[in-house]
Amino acid sequence: MDVRDLRVRRGDKEVLHGLTFALDAGCVTGLLGPSGGGKTTLMRALVGVQRDVAGTVTVLGHPAGSRPLRSRVGYVTQAPAVYGDLTVAENLAYFARVLGSPGNRVDEVLQQVDLEDQRSQRVDSLSGGQRARVSLATALLGAPEVLVLDEPTVGLDPVLRRELWELFHDLAAAGTTVLVSSHVMDEASRCDRLLLLREGLLVADDSPGGLLARTGAPDVEGAFLAIADGAVA
Amino acid sequence: MRALATAARVLRQLRHDHRTLALLIVVPCLLLTLLRYVFDARPQVFDSVGGPLLALFPFTTMFLVTSVAMLRERTSGTLERLLTTPLAKTDLLLGYALAFGTVAVVQTTLASALVLGPLGLDVAASPGYVVLLAVCDALLGMALGLFTSAFARSEFQAVQFLPAFVFPQLLLCGLFAPRASMADPLRWASDVFPLTYAVDGMQRLTAGDTGGGFVRDLVVVAGASLLALALGSATLQRRSA
Repeated sequence: MDVRDLRVRRGDKEVLHGLTFALDAGCVTGLLGPSGGGKTTLMRALVGVQRDVAGTVTVLGHPAGSRPLRSRVGYVTQAPAVYGDLTVAENLAYFARVLGSPGNRVDEVLQQVDLEDQRSQRVDSLSGGQRARVSLATALLGAPEVLVLDEPTVGLDPVLRRELWELFHDLAAAGTTVLVSSHVMDEASRCDRLLLLREGLLVADDSPGGLLARTGAPDVEGAFLAIADGAVA
Repeated sequence: MRALATAARVLRQLRHDHRTLALLIVVPCLLLTLLRYVFDARPQVFDSVGGPLLALFPFTTMFLVTSVAMLRERTSGTLERLLTTPLAKTDLLLGYALAFGTVAVVQTTLASALVLGPLGLDVAASPGYVVLLAVCDALLGMALGLFTSAFARSEFQAVQFLPAFVFPQLLLCGLFAPRASMADPLRWASDVFPLTYAVDGMQRLTAGDTGGGFVRDLVVVAGASLLALALGSATLQRRSA
């Protein structure tokens, strides 16, 4: 994935001010930064649902959002995008047919997100974290080569959070490009690489270790503060 | 294939919602029964409005149900999600049309059976024509509901589109007052409203006319549905702000 001079306007305001970076396959990249910093807008631009985009976003050799990418890129929105009035299994069955994935994929992804026991439950009877995992499961169905996840671990208990991060790394190890956003800085250490986004600008693009070494901060939160204060360029 | 999957999904959502399903099927039957006994002493009035009402029920109920269903699809994020998948807009629209068309067939078949049977409505044309036109009316309501849902931000607003979009058509369709007696501008408006042709078609069937006039009505209703679907499709933008 290759992003060059990406600018996004929302209304009269420019919210992303010329971002340039590349993402590698086989690696989990964390997109971190405070709420309102442009993380969701950037992810929407990468999957091609954001309007008023300037610059180029190339994914797997195609412009973002173009037809050949629609079965190869998985996007999980921040709010679970599933049907509350259907059961978990019915939701997955529908998305499987839309994505053209084989029937046994439903069982596989249910296992991956640890929802096998909830398969016959209606989604709106599930907890927020379970609903988020149903939404994640629908994106996994198509075995996408690029996976864009907007805050997938919010509100999950630590054990489950660890399991999901393991899943992201397993997917990356199998060659998937994984981009995960979070506003929780302590998740940064779980990423292979970090993009720090603040007020529409990319303020850092480094590995967690590299970032700490460069800023001399004890943790990513400290590193972020050091950069925000202008102590480190 | 994806359209069929979408239709199956929409129907499955309805099946989980027993109350909506019951309302869709039972309410038209109850209202038509009510009407029959409101005009108990004047069966000729029931004979003249019964047919047109068989056109109105599927039209209004499908308008409402579809606009709210599509609005939910928009606000819950599932629409945006679907548009990032290989699902084409036509798959989605066709899926909705198939699902609600199926419901409309059940709804109008039951309502027609009740009205033409026990309630004794006198329709000269064969019942098959009545169901055919009623299903087309349902699809027209569905297509308009799909289109108007793009202009609603909330379910409150979507529901308010019923009086805004449907009542004017209802007042001018020729059911309440003969179109010839309307002020010119209103008659012109009536000429372009699709519901006018739905009601006119039912009036023709009541009188046993399945000729050119009825075919024209059917074509106008179907054409207006396609136009509304095309407009609705234009509101399904892959990219949004």
